[in-house]
Amino acid sequence: MNRIGVFVCHCGTNIASTVDVKAVAEALSHERGVVISQDYQYMCSESGQNLVKNAIKEHNLTGVVICSCSPRMHENTFRKACSEAGLNPYLVEIANIREQCSWIHKDITTATEKAVILGRTAIAKVTLNTPLTSMESPVVKRALVIGGGIAGIQSALDIAEAGFEVDIVEKEPTIGGKMAQIDKTFPTLDCAACILTPKMVEASQNENINIYSFSEVSDVKGFVGNFTVKIKRKARYVDETKCTGCGLCTEKCPMKKVPNEFNAGLDNRTAIYIPFAQAVPKIATIDPNYCMMLKNGKCGVCSKVCTAGAVDYKQKDEFIEKKYGAIVVATGYNPISPEKFDEYAYSQCPDVVTSLELERLMNAAGPNGGTLLRPSDKKHPEKIVFIQCVGSRCDDDRGKPYCSKICCMYTAKHAMLIREKYPDTEVYVFYIDVRTPGKNFDEFYRRAVEQYNVHYIKGMVGKVTPKANGKIEVQGSDMLADEQLRIDADLVVLAMAIEPDKSARPLATMLTTQMDTNDFFTEAHPKLRPVESATAGIFLSGVCQGPKDIPETVAQASAAAAKAIGLLCKNSITCNPCVAHSDELMCNGCSACEKVCPYGAITYENKEFRMPDRTVAVRRVASVNPAVCQGCGACTVACPSGAMDLNGFSNSQIMAEVDAICK
Amino acid sequence: MQVNDSKNFEPVIAAFCCNWCSYAGADLSGTNRLSYPTNVKIIRVPCSCRVNPMFILRAFQRGADGVIICGCHPGDCHYTSGNYFTRRRITLLYSMLDFLGIERNRTRLEWVSAAEGAKFASVMEQFTEDVRKLGPNRRLEDLRCRKK
Amino acid sequence: MQEKMKQRAKELLADGTVNRVMGWKKGEFGYDTTPAVFRSAEEIDKYFVCDDFTNSNLSKLLVKESKKDGVILAFLKPCDTYSFNQLLKEHRIDREKVYIIGIPGGPKLDAEIIKSKGITGITGVKNVNYTLVIDTIYGEEKMPFYEAVSVKCKSCKSKKHVIYDELIGDDGDILESDRFDEVEKLENMTSRERFDFWQRELSKCIRCNACKNVCPACTCEKCVFDNPKSGIENKAVSDSFEEKLFHIIRAFHVAGRCTDCGECSRVCPQNIPLHLLNRKFIKDINSLYGEYQAGADLDTKNPLTDYSTDDCEPSIVHERGVE
Repeated sequence: MNRIGVFVCHCGTNIASTVDVKAVAEALSHERGVVISQDYQYMCSESGQNLVKNAIKEHNLTGVVICSCSPRMHENTFRKACSEAGLNPYLVEIANIREQCSWIHKDITTATEKAVILGRTAIAKVTLNTPLTSMESPVVKRALVIGGGIAGIQSALDIAEAGFEVDIVEKEPTIGGKMAQIDKTFPTLDCAACILTPKMVEASQNENINIYSFSEVSDVKGFVGNFTVKIKRKARYVDETKCTGCGLCTEKCPMKKVPNEFNAGLDNRTAIYIPFAQAVPKIATIDPNYCMMLKNGKCGVCSKVCTAGAVDYKQKDEFIEKKYGAIVVATGYNPISPEKFDEYAYSQCPDVVTSLELERLMNAAGPNGGTLLRPSDKKHPEKIVFIQCVGSRCDDDRGKPYCSKICCMYTAKHAMLIREKYPDTEVYVFYIDVRTPGKNFDEFYRRAVEQYNVHYIKGMVGKVTPKANGKIEVQGSDMLADEQLRIDADLVVLAMAIEPDKSARPLATMLTTQMDTNDFFTEAHPKLRPVESATAGIFLSGVCQGPKDIPETVAQASAAAAKAIGLLCKNSITCNPCVAHSDELMCNGCSACEKVCPYGAITYENKEFRMPDRTVAVRRVASVNPAVCQGCGACTVACPSGAMDLNGFSNSQIMAEVDAICK
Repeated sequence: MQVNDSKNFEPVIAAFCCNWCSYAGADLSGTNRLSYPTNVKIIRVPCSCRVNPMFILRAFQRGADGVIICGCHPGDCHYTSGNYFTRRRITLLYSMLDFLGIERNRTRLEWVSAAEGAKFASVMEQFTEDVRKLGPNRRLEDLRCRKK
Repeated sequence: MQEKMKQRAKELLADGTVNRVMGWKKGEFGYDTTPAVFRSAEEIDKYFVCDDFTNSNLSKLLVKESKKDGVILAFLKPCDTYSFNQLLKEHRIDREKVYIIGIPGGPKLDAEIIKSKGITGITGVKNVNYTLVIDTIYGEEKMPFYEAVSVKCKSCKSKKHVIYDELIGDDGDILESDRFDEVEKLENMTSRERFDFWQRELSKCIRCNACKNVCPACTCEKCVFDNPKSGIENKAVSDSFEEKLFHIIRAFHVAGRCTDCGECSRVCPQNIPLHLLNRKFIKDINSLYGEYQAGADLDTKNPLTDYSTDDCEPSIVHERGVE
C-alpha cells in the first residue's frame, strides 16, 4: 500500500507568484496513495526538510514527492533528508515546478494546472519507485601502466611515489620509448638522454615499480578497481634473472647485419642485442628473425660466451595474470611512413631522411658518432632543406587530417643545432605556417630565424629529385615572394606526421575505451576530464590521447597518475544504483544489449533453468556489472524481450509518467 | 466526437529530455525566464537512448498530440554514444510512423545542449505551434479501426 | 527431390550423425503441409513430404530443437538459411546440434490463392508442366502454376544458401528482387492515403498471433506482449494501445533482424500485408545506413546496434517525398 507525501515549495515568491501552491497541494492530496500534501515557504531550508522528515515518521511514508525547483538543484538534498528519516533515498521524486513552470509561465491558472500535472506525474512515478542501495566495490591497490615511454615512466613514478605498486608493460626490450631516440629537446636544447635515463633508472630501482619489458597486454577483464589483465611476456631467449647486461654476446654474435631500430635503421646491430647502452632493463634479447641458432640450429656462439649461462634458445612466450585497480594507457606514437609520398623521393634517395632519422644522425650515440654526415657518401651536407607537414594537416588518405603539433618546434631545433655546429651550412625550411604556442616557443623559433639565419620559406614543396651529381633538387614555391624555387640540396629532411601506435586500437577494444577515427584515445570530456577515458578506471597519458610534446606529455602523465592515485586511495567505490539489470527469465542471450553498451558492462553466462516440466535447460543470459554500468539505458531499448530494465528509470515508471502527462 | 476545433484546441505535448543536456537546457530557459507554451510537459530520462519507441507510441495512444525527444548534440553524449543509437532508432521509427500515414509534424528529435536555454524555448514554441496546426491526434488513435 | 531427401535423411539417422529429422508432413487436405520432427526411417517413409506447398520456415523451430539431446537434421530452403544464420548470430541456436541440408527453394504455392479462385473441396494438387491440375470433390480444375505462387516467393531475394553442411541440388545466386516496389508505391501516396490503407488493413487484425508465432525473429523467451511487467501486455482484441500498435512495435522489435522471409504475411488469416512493415524498415536501413541483409553472415553488425557519427538526422523523414 502506497503512502505518499507531497510537499509543495513556494520558493519564496519564485514559485508562489505564478503557481497557486495551495491549490496544487490541495489537488494533489486527492491523488491515489497520497496521505499528506503540504505547502511550505522554503522546502530546502532546514525547517522545510524537517517538515518532510517528520511527515515520513508520522505517516510512515513509502514515497515522497517534492514539488520545487529542478532535481538538478536539490534532488540530493531531499534524498539525504529522507534517508536521515529512515526512508530509502531513491523513494523521492522531484516535480520541477520552478524552472519548468513558474519561471516560464505568466498566467496563474495555466501555470497552476501544469504544476498539478507535473506533480501528478511525479506521484505516478514514485508509486513505482523501488528502494535502491548503492553497491560497494573493492579497489585493488595496484596500477598498470601500458607503455614505458616518458609518459608511462612519469605516470608510474608518480603512482609509485604515492605508495602504490605499479607494473609497466613495455612491448620493446627496453623502456624509454621515443624520447630515448631523440638527441636534444626544445626549447632548452638539453640532451634528451641526460634527462630521460635517470628517470629510467629511477623507475627500475623504485621498489614499487615492476617493469615487464618485451611484454604485451593480451587480455583485459573486469572493471574499475578490479581489472584482471593477462600479460604476454614474449620470449627473449635470455633469462632475465641471469643476464648481467655485460654485452659480450652482442660483440661476439656473428650475425651483424640486422637493421638497428634504435638508430632508425641507419646502421646495423647483431641478432642478440641490447637496444642502447642505457637500456632498462639492461638485458640482451635475441631477435628470432635473424638468429642463426633459432632459425636453423647452427651457431650457439652467444650461449658459449655467456658466463652467466643466461641464453636459453628454448624459451617460450609466457602469460601471467594480475589484478589492477587502475590502468594508465601510455602507448605513444610513431611517425608515419614516408613511402606513400612519392614526390619527396624518400624511397629513391638515402639522403632524404625523416626527422627521427636526423635525430639519430646528429646523436653522439648514433651511427656517425654525432657528426652530421649524409647517409649516402658520408660527406658533410652543405645545404639542407626541411619540409614541414609531410602527412600532417593532409586532406587525402596518405596522411592525417590533424596537426602533429611537435614538428614546427623540433625542426626549428634541428635547424638551430645545425647552424650552431656547422655555421657554413645553409638551412631552408618549407612550411605552411609555423605554430609555436607554448612557453618560450616563439622566442625559440625567432632565434632560429633571426640569430641563426635559417631560411624559412612559406610554401609547399612540389617535387624532390635526386640528381646524378649527388645533389637533390627541391622544387618549391615561395608564396610570400610569389616565385618558384629550385634548391640543390645535399640533405632533405621530412617532418613526418605522427600517428598513434598500432597496438592502440586492439588495446582499446580490450579496455572497452573509445577511440576517434585517427585512433587516438577519446577522453571522457574534452575540457573537464582530459586525462580520463570514458571507461571508469582507465586513464590516458601522453600522445595516445593526442599529439603533444615532452613537457605536455609529462604534465598529462602526472595528471593521469593523480587520477589513478585518487582511485587507488579508496578502499572501495560506491556505485550509482541507477543501473541496468537483466531479468534472466526473459533474457534471450542475443547480445543486442552488449553491442550498444559503451562501457562493456554486460557479460553473458550459461545458466541452468528449471523448466515447468521439471527438466533443466541451459540458457545464455546477460548479466550487468553494476560497478561498470553508468545507467544510460541504451541496452534497455536494444533488448527485444524487455528483459533489460533500468533502476530509477524503469519501463513501467516512464510509462506511468507518460500516462500521467497524457491523461 | 470532437472534430478539429482549432480555436480551443490545446495540444498535449510530451517531451523526453536527457538529464545531462536538454533537461539542463530546459532548466536554463527557466532560469532565464524564457517562456514556452504550458502544453509541453517534460519527462526526464538519463539519456535520449533510454527512450523506447514504446514510450512514444504509448504517449500518442494515451492522448498526446505531439512527442519530441531532446538529447545532447551528436558527439557530446554524456555516455559517449547514446544519442547516436537514438538517432538511428528514432529516424527509423519516425519514418515508419510516416509510412503508416501519421502526420510528420507530430514527431521531432532535437539536439539541445545544457547551454541552449533559448534554443530549448524556441524549439518548444515552434513544435507546439506545428502540432496545434495539425489539430488533435486522431490517426494514431484510430489506426486500428474505430469502426464508424 | 523428395525421394533423395528421404534417402539421405534415413542414411544420416542410420549412421548416427543425427537422431531426429526436421521436415514437413502432409496435413489433412494434401496442400496443408506442416513442420514435423521424425525419429525413424518408418516415420519418414510414411509421413515425410517436400512438395510445392512446403512453405514453412523451419529455422525458428530449431531454437528449441537444438536445445535437446542429439543432433537434428534440418532441411533448409535458401530463405530459411538466412533466418537460421540470424538466429545463430543471436546465439539462439546451438550450431553443433543441427545438421543442415540445403535444398532448393521455391517457388512454393499458396493454397489460399487457389481457394480464392473459387476452387474448393481440394483433395490433391499436381504440377503438370507448370499447369496445376487440382483434384476436388467436385471434379478436376486447372490453373497456371505461377498464379498460385506464394506472395513471398514472387519477390524472392536469394536462391543462395548462406549456411549448410551439405546440399541436395545446386546452390543458386542472390537475385535482383523487386521486393521494395510495393513499399515504394505506398511511399508515393499521400499521407492520408497511406493512413487509409493501413487503417483498412490493420483493422482486419483479429489478433490471432499467427504472425508472431511463425516469425523466426520473434523467438523471445517471453514476448513483451505476454509480459505483464512490460506495460503493453495484451493478447486479446481490444481498442486499447496494445492492440493498435502491436504491429508497429512488433516490426520495430524485429527491425535489423528480420530477414524478410515473408512468413508473417503468408500465415495471416486476414491477408494483412504485414511484410510491408518489415520491408519498410529494411528499405530505410539500406538507404540510410548502407545495404544490410540480416542473416547473410555472422559478422556484420546489426544497423540498430551500430551507428556512424555522420548518420542522417530524423528530419530526413520530413524532407523527403510527399506528406
